[in-house]
Amino acid sequence: MSVSGPAAAIDLKGIDKRFGAVHANKAVSLAIAPGTIHGIVGENGAGKSTLMSILYGFYQADAGEIFINGAPRKIVRPSDAIAAGIGMVHQHFMLVEPFTVLENVVLGAEGGARLIGGLTKARTELQRLGDAYNMSVPLDTPVSELAVGVQQRVEILKALYRGADVLILDEPTGVLTPSEADHLFRVLDQLRHQGKTVIFITHKLREIMAITDNVSVMRRGEIVGTVATKTTTPQALAELMVGRTVRLKVDKAARAPGPVVLDVRELSATDNRGTTRLRDVSFTIREGEIVGIAGVAGNGQSELLEVLAGIRRRASGEILLHGQPLDPAHTDPAKLREARCAHVPEDRHRMGLVMSFSACENTILGYQDDPRFTPHGLLNRTAIAADTSGKMIAFDVRPGNPQLRASLFSGGNQQKLVLAREFERDPTLLIVGQPTRGVDIGAIEFIHKRLIAMRDAGKAVLLVSVELDEIRALADRVLVMFDGRIVGERGPDASEQDLGLLMAGIAS
Amino acid sequence: MESLDTIAQVLASTIRLTIPLLFACLAGLYSERSGVFDIGLEGKMLVAAFAAGAAAAVGHSPWLGLLAGVGTSVAFALLHGFAVITHRGDQIVSGVAVNIIALGLSAQLGSTWFGLGGQTPQLQPEERFLPLTLPGADAVAGVPVLGQIYSQILSGHSILVYFAFAMVPLTWWVLFRTRFGLRLRAVGENPAAADTAGVSVNGMRYAAVVCCGVLCGFAGTYLSIAQSAGFSRSMTAGKGFIALAALVFAKWQPVPAMWACLLFGFLDAVAIRLQGTALPAVGILPVQLMQAVPYILTVALLAGFIGRATPPKAGGVPYVKER
Amino acid sequence: MSARAAELPWWADALVMPVLNLALAFLVSGGVLLALGEDPIECVQIMFNGAFSSGSGIGYTLFYATNFIFTGLAFAVAFHAGLFNIGVEGQAYIAGLGVALASLYFEFLPAPVIILLAIVFSAAFGAAWAFIPAYLQAKRGSHLVITTIMFNFIATALMAFLLVNFLKPDGDMAPETRTFAEHARMPLLQDVFGWFGLTMAQSPLNLSFVWALICAAAVSLLVWRTRLGYELRTLGASPDAAVYAGMPVTRLTVIALMISGALGGFLALNEVMGSQNRLTLEFSGGYGFVGIAVALMGRSRSIGIILAAILFGALYQGGAELAFDKPNITRDMVVLVQGLVILMAGALEHMLRPTVGRLFAGCSTTATAQEA
Repeated sequence: MSVSGPAAAIDLKGIDKRFGAVHANKAVSLAIAPGTIHGIVGENGAGKSTLMSILYGFYQADAGEIFINGAPRKIVRPSDAIAAGIGMVHQHFMLVEPFTVLENVVLGAEGGARLIGGLTKARTELQRLGDAYNMSVPLDTPVSELAVGVQQRVEILKALYRGADVLILDEPTGVLTPSEADHLFRVLDQLRHQGKTVIFITHKLREIMAITDNVSVMRRGEIVGTVATKTTTPQALAELMVGRTVRLKVDKAARAPGPVVLDVRELSATDNRGTTRLRDVSFTIREGEIVGIAGVAGNGQSELLEVLAGIRRRASGEILLHGQPLDPAHTDPAKLREARCAHVPEDRHRMGLVMSFSACENTILGYQDDPRFTPHGLLNRTAIAADTSGKMIAFDVRPGNPQLRASLFSGGNQQKLVLAREFERDPTLLIVGQPTRGVDIGAIEFIHKRLIAMRDAGKAVLLVSVELDEIRALADRVLVMFDGRIVGERGPDASEQDLGLLMAGIAS
Repeated sequence: MESLDTIAQVLASTIRLTIPLLFACLAGLYSERSGVFDIGLEGKMLVAAFAAGAAAAVGHSPWLGLLAGVGTSVAFALLHGFAVITHRGDQIVSGVAVNIIALGLSAQLGSTWFGLGGQTPQLQPEERFLPLTLPGADAVAGVPVLGQIYSQILSGHSILVYFAFAMVPLTWWVLFRTRFGLRLRAVGENPAAADTAGVSVNGMRYAAVVCCGVLCGFAGTYLSIAQSAGFSRSMTAGKGFIALAALVFAKWQPVPAMWACLLFGFLDAVAIRLQGTALPAVGILPVQLMQAVPYILTVALLAGFIGRATPPKAGGVPYVKER
Repeated sequence: MSARAAELPWWADALVMPVLNLALAFLVSGGVLLALGEDPIECVQIMFNGAFSSGSGIGYTLFYATNFIFTGLAFAVAFHAGLFNIGVEGQAYIAGLGVALASLYFEFLPAPVIILLAIVFSAAFGAAWAFIPAYLQAKRGSHLVITTIMFNFIATALMAFLLVNFLKPDGDMAPETRTFAEHARMPLLQDVFGWFGLTMAQSPLNLSFVWALICAAAVSLLVWRTRLGYELRTLGASPDAAVYAGMPVTRLTVIALMISGALGGFLALNEVMGSQNRLTLEFSGGYGFVGIAVALMGRSRSIGIILAAILFGALYQGGAELAFDKPNITRDMVVLVQGLVILMAGALEHMLRPTVGRLFAGCSTTATAQEA
């Protein structure tokens, strides 16, 4: 897209970047008009974050040029980008937790060898910025004590304090409630009015439609289209993102649920720091139904999964499995697996798989006590390999080599490996967290079908996902979590607005 | 009055024994606050002690000794930095290597160069840092308590002693009141945040490692040309590790570091003083027990029996941009 | 980044890299020898001949290698479980008490029983000394590296205290126990060979060497072929996955470190029971620290550890010969070389990797190009 009138605020030409075998950016060219909000959408792994990290000097491109306001700039480290008037708010905040807000803001822009001058100047300037953009933050509180939404404001202030004219936001709403997100959008709108340029990276089409002027779509390291937001639709963008027509609906026959499998009563739990993250949560799951837990990330879903999987101790409350109460002192993952509860964890890199282990060694993870695999405490490699091969065929894991290291499979195939391990044990209760995070569209369809098949086979399924579309497509009942509580229950046909208000903790 | 004299002697010896610990502990503080763990304090002290002893003997000047000691220690610190910052090697393994290289190199060079079985030649008084008498110390020596404190405990130490204590507030000021300190602590807590804020993580860590080398150089120099009159084999005798223990004990804070070093120095002084002396009701206190107390105290602290010690968050982890 | 991502073939990782790093360490050592006015080539010849050219030399080399096999295995087992046991030195030192207990206080028993007891006691004492840091790490999250360093020094103080106050015979000046009875020692291999009418050169090489080889095989089996080994490796590779899989993480941590301590403890069999025949001050002599280098060079595999241990053994024995032949050189030179090997093979192991990786990548592209 050519920009007429003033020179593009940012003009990337032929940016190319490889990480080993992964071609993250393929000769990407992108021009961004000054004073606009420019959205960049794409699936996970499409190369959006890499492109922005190159613009910010965090990575270096293998080839390509960067022009800022029409002039070529060499950006080899973040300080170059800052000097060129670029600020970035990373997906994972770049804040030093024990430092105060003030210290975090001046870090790297102290304005002198002694701190005192810079701190004083920053204090005045931050108060001015806070008033101007309606973003007040407590300046002398350690960042670790601030809520996520406030931390994000600190990040934006940090960029503005450094005089950023271009602000990059990488997936800024993933950790925000809808109302916090609205506040962010108002701030961004104000910035646009002041002539600042905003690059907004997301995979949520709704946000693109709500806030941006122009939008570029990335797929597999390439920009596949740039359009004015007014002239496009979410469907059109979605098709561009995945390269073909997407069906967001899954075929699902009506099914009458059977007896209660899991009965959770007034469950409470704390996180590792001792903060209460789960408050008096009660619900049941029956045979043959999928209960979906919707909510913004960080509202207690992770803790709920961990408590039900036996990884985290509950503070109080009861859990009944097939009517039998689970003794809190003896609820551990091994015991629960014995009781035929399968668990697909939220984070397969951290928990579900050992990346340096072969597929074989990963298929016995959690089932290492099974005498078929470890008779007399010795590994039966033949039996394990045979079992793994079978599972790989059943779940279409490619390449189907049981000796291959887990890290060498794609995200979708890694996830299928975890699902195969957990589904094929014929569990009665299935606890599933974020089943399609970082998984390509083809694998998503496969995984969704399998989840429905488990439900149709009479399993009780608990599905936790931050993807509202996924919850609405799969769940028979939707529970919404906010601030550690279940704030409402809806049917699968509940509207997005309705669920959104619940997720924000506004309605009940 | 004799018991007062004894106390004064023990306290004066406490101060002398504290100095190498204090230098090394502050050295470790700079390094570890920047995220570079350093169990090689011992080795750097040792090579510094050797270099200082050798240079002072050859060049007939304590200042030349200090220069050589600091220079050698900084070179070893840079070696550690090269391994763990530039090449992201394991910080513990690198520290072990530095200690062993220092042990072998100092003894081998000492034997070859001076032929004294690993020692450096006995230093003449003018080749050493000698005790200074503070103004008026002799005049007030007769005044009970206050005069004694001034003349016997505070006066009569070498310039390095006063410098070591001056380093405590200076280190505090540098860490918490300057740009350098803010950046140093930032790369030790969250290097990615510092990087995105335009701070060079590797540059800061190298700077911190050099600070560590300089102070270890002072520690070693003090041992061989202020406390003793020359270098002898393995003369650090685990002091680098006691300094490490003190650093943990002080929870990586400068002023508590001074108190921890004084405590451990005091224990050492008492152990020396009590050697073979029977105490009422206790009998002869085994000297080995006294020597083990710093380590036992540190383990107890780490076990959470006396407070909690939280190391800098990014300590021990090489900085790799995530991918 | 891309250079680091380059994967080496397994054999390059296991063979080429250690050899290259070793060569670098020797190169630097050669430089030091030159600076000391010695001819490095001649020194290498003296060392090699000293270590391998005579039966007795080989015996000494393998005797020292025995120490390094034990400490290398000890470090490796903990390392598989993601634990950095820098306390092998202290664990081996304390295990000397176990050996002395068997050889001094059970000397009324027949020799095979004493040996068996010594094995059990040394393992038990070594494991016990590893237990406290292990427990503190597992239960209270205390930093294992620091606690084990502290325990090394506590062991030093404790052993000195015991030797001076209790174990030294009355009237003796030297802080060491009395010499063990003939039958309460580990049989020398030359004597064992003698029983079968075979002759072997004089050296302190004893049955501990055979026990070290058995231990190496057992460790290999444990780590790669058993459920416990699988669990330890899972814990080492991903602690969160181990929790998810319902593994008893606390117990595994303690078990791994106690096995490690027991293996390190066997050092006392070789040194105290096999060679010095009495418990002395500081008999563990730094072998525990070198074990870290042995394990790293051997890539934590038993075969690699045995090879690396023989290399270090040869360095020890050859270094002793060198110090004997060259008045200018002391055994400290060997300490220096060891330090350099730890530096190159351990701390700087990534330095040459990208270069070698590019070389291999270059080779394979050329090969593909030729095929096409």
